[in-house]
Amino acid sequence: MTLEAKDLSTEKLVLNFGPSHPATHGTLRVIMEIDGERVTKVTPEIGFLHCGFEKLGEHLDYNQYITVTDRMNYLSPMCNNFAFVLAAEKLLDLEVPKRAQYIRVLMCELSRIADHLLQIGMQAVDIGAFTVFLYGFRLRERIYDLFELAYGARLTTSYARVGGLMRDLPDSFMPAALDLLDMAPGTFKEIDGLLTHNRIWLDRTRGIGPVGPEDAISYGLTGPIARASGVDYDLRTKEPYSSYEDFDFDVIIGSNGDVYDRYLVRLYEMRESLKICRQVLEKMPGGPVNVDADSKYILPPREEMFGSIEGLIHHFMITMENQGLTPPVGEAYVPTESPNGELGFFIVSDGGREPYRVRTRPPSLINYSAFPVMMENMMVSDTVAILGSLNVIAGELDR
Amino acid sequence: MLPKDQLTVVIKEKFPDSFLEITDFRDMLTIHIRGEQVLDLLRTLKTDPRFAFNFLADITAVDHLEMDAPARFAVVYHLLNQHEVRRIVVRAWVDEEHPSLPSVYPLWKTADWQEREVYDLFGIEFTGHPDLRRIMTPDDFQHHPLRKDYPLQGRGERSNFPVVKRRIGSKWQEDKSVQ
Repeated sequence: MTLEAKDLSTEKLVLNFGPSHPATHGTLRVIMEIDGERVTKVTPEIGFLHCGFEKLGEHLDYNQYITVTDRMNYLSPMCNNFAFVLAAEKLLDLEVPKRAQYIRVLMCELSRIADHLLQIGMQAVDIGAFTVFLYGFRLRERIYDLFELAYGARLTTSYARVGGLMRDLPDSFMPAALDLLDMAPGTFKEIDGLLTHNRIWLDRTRGIGPVGPEDAISYGLTGPIARASGVDYDLRTKEPYSSYEDFDFDVIIGSNGDVYDRYLVRLYEMRESLKICRQVLEKMPGGPVNVDADSKYILPPREEMFGSIEGLIHHFMITMENQGLTPPVGEAYVPTESPNGELGFFIVSDGGREPYRVRTRPPSLINYSAFPVMMENMMVSDTVAILGSLNVIAGELDR
Repeated sequence: MLPKDQLTVVIKEKFPDSFLEITDFRDMLTIHIRGEQVLDLLRTLKTDPRFAFNFLADITAVDHLEMDAPARFAVVYHLLNQHEVRRIVVRAWVDEEHPSLPSVYPLWKTADWQEREVYDLFGIEFTGHPDLRRIMTPDDFQHHPLRKDYPLQGRGERSNFPVVKRRIGSKWQEDKSVQ
């Protein structure tokens, strides 16, 4: 007896993907309705890592909340730190010294390189190319060594303070950073050589998960994903913050909005970041990294606090309840360009030491909400490629 | 875009019943309006060539239980005009009883998940939303955790979980939470 085609069952099937799957890199759950190999409907479910960061923010003071922002996008914690303190400084109407602004730019750009390296590497691993990940990680380790040199932590940085930085860069930082800048282009070239013209990579990424510019704007996409779709909007050039206007760099725009364009935008963006880093190191001004200590926003040095009564009083003035860092009643929002897109903190103050409400505008959440559109008419195997290209960080997605 | 005074006149003329005021804090203009007309206001801001705010950056809400305010909840919309690089904030005020306002999903699809998040964490309903479900907390969760009258440590979440007793040597561990 032979089996005929009409005997085969062709009904639709519901496939569950995640929340614990090696390719989701976090706790994402996707429920797919599939017709053969083709995906007909996608329903993402999120919230598995919801930890109430925004609720917690209402019970911590401004400098304490910086440590919580580290845990949001843990691939580039520095960008979160600086986005938060920028909003707090806007609320206080505070301008930090030029040197602090330049160091912030430098750290943000190094974080962006580290973030993009990991994103490209992980996406390649998901699709089946392991080498890129290892090559990228070599440079990423060097960047993390540099972060460790600057403030002693690798992952949970908390380098920013409202009104400046935790501390100035050590003298050994500059030569180490210049070494890194010389080494980095080699890694980019290796990644370029391994992937850009790779036949398998092209087949797996070109034409996969396309989003047009109208959809990109309607879904609120920002960052490399929006730029890959041809939306010419980079907050660093359009709404410069933290002295980005002093540096000369190009904004990379794609045209097709598919996974391949997102990869190319990220790859070229790393080169532009390198350009910014070099300019920062060349132009780095001297002077303090914190606002004036008399402004009562920054803690005095430890020696002064232990050594003099004035220093001790100053310390108490800042750390005691109902004193110190108390912004006026009002609200502030500063959009910043994080590696994933527009990251901003919306802070409402009631005049107390703690924010009344602190909201994160999470690029991961908003970029991920366009996932069902990207999955239209795609295959099951493309899920992983598209998910990787979005670089969804669960810590920031669910907060 | 129009300066603050002219903007006040234009918006007041268009929405005489629901317009409240326009405030300016640290160079950020905020239009205050009653919740029921927020969809019309946002449609005007999006389609009127004088404004042309084509991008909805963020939707969030603030619970003004412990602050002086026209109403308890404010749903906050951050709009961006990408061509002229201008931002504006719209605050839609909603009352405490049956907080609800029209969904802006017809204008921007990004409102889908963001309004679900506000619904989940604040309990504000968006009429006309295609799929208003909880997004962050579990589906059977009863509370709205970002409201100010919800305690930081939660309500009953700890006691709802069974305590696992461990055996140490020949004895079962005492349940310390009961003592």
